[in-house]
Amino acid sequence: MATPENKLAFDGGWEYDPAPESTDHINVAKRYGLFINGEFVSPENGRYFDTINPATEEKLSRVADASEADVDKAVRAAREAYRTTWGRMKAAERGKYIFRIARIMQERAREFSVIESLDGGKPIRESRDVDIPLAAAHFFYYAGWADKLEYAFPGRTAKSLGVAGQIIPWNFPLLMASWKIAPALACGNTVVLKPAETTPLTALKLAEVIADAGLPPGVVNIVTGAGKAGAAIVEHPDVDKVAFTGSTNVGRGIQKALAGSNKKYTLELGGKAANIVFADAAIDQAVEGIVNGIFFNQGHVCCAGSRLLVQESVADEVIEKLKDRMETLIVGDPLDKNTDIGAINSRMQLEKIQSYLKVGKAEGAEMHQSSCRVPKSGYWCRPTIFTGVSQSNRVVQEEIFGPVLAIQTFRRYDEALIKANNTPYGLSGGIWTDKGSKIFKMTQNIRAGVVWANTFNKFDPTSPFGGYKESGVGREGGLHGLDAYVKLGA
Amino acid sequence: MSAKNQRIAVAKTYKIYIGGKFPRTESGRYFALEDKKGNVIANVCRGSRKDFRNAVVAARKAQSGWATASAYLRGQVLYRIAEMLEGRREQFVTELVLQGATQRAAEKEIDQSIDRLIYFAGWTDKYQQIFSAVNPVSSSHFNFSVLEPTGVVSMLAPEDSSLLGLISNIAPAIAGGNSCIVLASESKPLCAISFAEVLHASDVPGGVVNILTGFRAELTEYFASHMDVNAVIYCDGGKAVARTVQVLAAENIKRVIARNRLDWDSDAENPYLIRDTQEVKTTWHPIGS
Amino acid sequence: MALAAVKKSGRLPDLSRVPAVDEVGVNERVARFQTRSIKKSSKVEALKLILSMIDLTTLEGQDTPGKVRQLCQKAIHLHDTMPGLPHVAAVCVYPTMVSVAKEVLQGHDINIASVATAFPSGMSTLSVKLDDTRMAVAAGATEIDMVISRGAFLAGDYRYVFDEIVAVKEACGDAHLKVILETGELGTLDRVRKASVLAMHAGADFIKTSTGKIQPAATMQVTLVMLQAIRDFYHDTGKMIGMKPAGGISTAKLAVHYLVMLRETLGNAWMTPEWFRFGASTLANDVLMQIVKQSTGVYQSSDYFSKD
Repeated sequence: MATPENKLAFDGGWEYDPAPESTDHINVAKRYGLFINGEFVSPENGRYFDTINPATEEKLSRVADASEADVDKAVRAAREAYRTTWGRMKAAERGKYIFRIARIMQERAREFSVIESLDGGKPIRESRDVDIPLAAAHFFYYAGWADKLEYAFPGRTAKSLGVAGQIIPWNFPLLMASWKIAPALACGNTVVLKPAETTPLTALKLAEVIADAGLPPGVVNIVTGAGKAGAAIVEHPDVDKVAFTGSTNVGRGIQKALAGSNKKYTLELGGKAANIVFADAAIDQAVEGIVNGIFFNQGHVCCAGSRLLVQESVADEVIEKLKDRMETLIVGDPLDKNTDIGAINSRMQLEKIQSYLKVGKAEGAEMHQSSCRVPKSGYWCRPTIFTGVSQSNRVVQEEIFGPVLAIQTFRRYDEALIKANNTPYGLSGGIWTDKGSKIFKMTQNIRAGVVWANTFNKFDPTSPFGGYKESGVGREGGLHGLDAYVKLGA
Repeated sequence: MSAKNQRIAVAKTYKIYIGGKFPRTESGRYFALEDKKGNVIANVCRGSRKDFRNAVVAARKAQSGWATASAYLRGQVLYRIAEMLEGRREQFVTELVLQGATQRAAEKEIDQSIDRLIYFAGWTDKYQQIFSAVNPVSSSHFNFSVLEPTGVVSMLAPEDSSLLGLISNIAPAIAGGNSCIVLASESKPLCAISFAEVLHASDVPGGVVNILTGFRAELTEYFASHMDVNAVIYCDGGKAVARTVQVLAAENIKRVIARNRLDWDSDAENPYLIRDTQEVKTTWHPIGS
Repeated sequence: MALAAVKKSGRLPDLSRVPAVDEVGVNERVARFQTRSIKKSSKVEALKLILSMIDLTTLEGQDTPGKVRQLCQKAIHLHDTMPGLPHVAAVCVYPTMVSVAKEVLQGHDINIASVATAFPSGMSTLSVKLDDTRMAVAAGATEIDMVISRGAFLAGDYRYVFDEIVAVKEACGDAHLKVILETGELGTLDRVRKASVLAMHAGADFIKTSTGKIQPAATMQVTLVMLQAIRDFYHDTGKMIGMKPAGGISTAKLAVHYLVMLRETLGNAWMTPEWFRFGASTLANDVLMQIVKQSTGVYQSSDYFSKD
């Protein structure tokens, strides 16, 4: 254990100069319409809203605020495309269109990365190395499924559903659009997708890609707007399937709104994952996993490892190392290649996180934040940990969706397991130990859809993702992600 | 026949089945089941909200043990149910006839019911192999997806197919390691209770299957709303039922499985019925030295 | 000195308590260091620091006094056309070449490091290794780079390896001891971590990755694991240990990544030649080319930099 005399010093000395990614190669229009039936059109009511850069609070563009009438127009276009082109196309040809999308995204990867970071606040390192490559890979993966669906469902025949209405969140804007659109198209459906209000730009750029790829008009329609536009998609009678990623509360509302309809739905909702570190773990890699678990994407991650459960005998050591590691995290300009933690996505989200910091302190937990500087304008939150928390605290129970980690200790594996599962959520979990049989014991018993053992926050197009319990219904990604977009017949 | 030689038949009391026991409904209520001619066949428990609550507690308690029982064992238990049912075949025929089936239809239904149990008994150690996957992720990780039971499942059994339909819902759920609470057909509840007796004699751990009788209109909301139930299956519900179930189920994001207009003869023999109450769990682990 | 004499002098650390290392996690962390973008003045500062950390090395069977003299000249005059550059930290030679180096480096603040202990294989008796060490120190070496007995280590004879280091340390006198683990022969990062702990407890002033004679030599992965072992040792004892990756670091870009890794693992206190060295023969010129490029804005050719 480090004593005050032998603590490591990370401030001062050699520091990294700013290394901003250039923005001269990107092209963001002053104003965007709705992408309906293969072209950008003005919204019926003529209304637009600003999308801003959360790192500077400056306006990036204005985007259309879709009304019910616009959504209806988009659904009609999607239906028409389903009926006349996409639904009748040879599956292999469908697949080739999707491959094209993947390829064009790869070609324009840098542009997408920069816009994603500008609009959403995430560090360019992540949009460049995670979001955009994974988004392209997702299209590439599902493209290949288009003409192989008969092998995915033994003993059944898979048929397309029709029009898929899709609503995505602001934490992984383009990646979530890909998770939704790629399997829908591969299975022969057409799409109406609504990006999140605060991060519409990359979806609109994706609309350009889809147009460039030559997809028939109406196969993918992108309508920007707020919750009302989302509700219009959910409630539209000619939508056959609803796919939603977002908060459990909204998801619950959608499940209710769909009651009595025959619409198929998948929901990918909140989480409060436990990341469990045993004394026999590879401690340094576990610390890194804790950091990736909670500070990746400013903690705006539904599967974030927001609860650390650490075995008492190594708790002090792990926390000490975690604090050291936090000192090396750079918070600031999302476009700087050295930034580890970017801007909080919106003022609203920042206020929510700050309210939880107050709650945590009021509950008697000890709060520690890294000592880094943060910019004056924009929305920022230093990496934060709470120690001395217990299961009954709100910062342990509720999803904060920010770079805030609640740390609890445990003595025995069964105690860790009980605490890990003591939540209405069940999206993900983490376990760190060097003992193989313990890994399987834990991964079998954690009630969650994704369990990372000796790693955390890994994603891949081939790997199904989705939750147990209140974390959602259905899976996205992999073979199992096809289910959401087909009906099975004998 | 003289009175002296007359033997009084012993009438059966149809009780509900909770946690491996046969209590009467805690409510003390009953309803009289009549045959076509209006004769009372039996007094049947009119199960209550609290009976359901007790059944959920029993089902939750039994679930993890059943889920971790080996697939082989679950298969043998399902097979054992079929054996026991075969042995009591005549009783079920009688009850089916009593509830309005022709002799021929009754015999067909019991035969199919036994065979369906055998069918799902054979699936317990195979569906995992059909529906699991090793996922070829790009990074240096071993990644696989397996099925795990959703947990506690509430079921509103089919109204008409009171035995085959009932078994076609129970068997795939428990084959997959779930525990369940079933509301029997309201108009034809006898076979469900007799089936509970078969379960009881078949090495099915108490609480894995719980069977209630009662009024569907009264109990549906509890089956759909209970926060410790992970999935709800409803059969043959109209639009209103569908709406009620789904709205209430949304409180804890229950999986809602509608089995409407299913032909229990032909549509209910496939492993996708097992999959309906399974969750996909994906595990990642680094590959290194 | 017989091994028996030192057996009581050191307490073998409990290697079962050394934390496990996950290779994939280490690879991911290393990849993250490599995404750091070092530009402008921070780059120039780093390049100069790298120059000052170099142990300019020649360790070949064909080494001659002539070759060593030229190397020493290079150490003194890295690139005189560019004023204000630091000199390297040390030259690193075989024991028989130490006296040659000493003669050339007279009056310059450049250390003389000598490999010893039957370098590179270490396949000899303790007494030969101790003689080798004493000879180098007597000839003027201020730093001794010893090799551990990998065979004994892999066979599980940690006591032997430990005692050997203790004995060599004693034979070093005032000379600093760098202990070469030869990580390329240890096979796993778990063993690298264990060997690091063993060497530090036995008295190493520095731990060093490689002889340069075995592939792979230094990698960022093994260096990270060793830095983390140094950090834990510091936490436990308050004693700073130096780190020297050696072999295979031939570009400025890679060396900058090492500095990033050093800074983010051990912090500023280690960012000096006193605590960090690069064992390299060709790195200096690439660093020089980058420095000149930074100041002139023009990409350089190796024809303009002395190859000694």
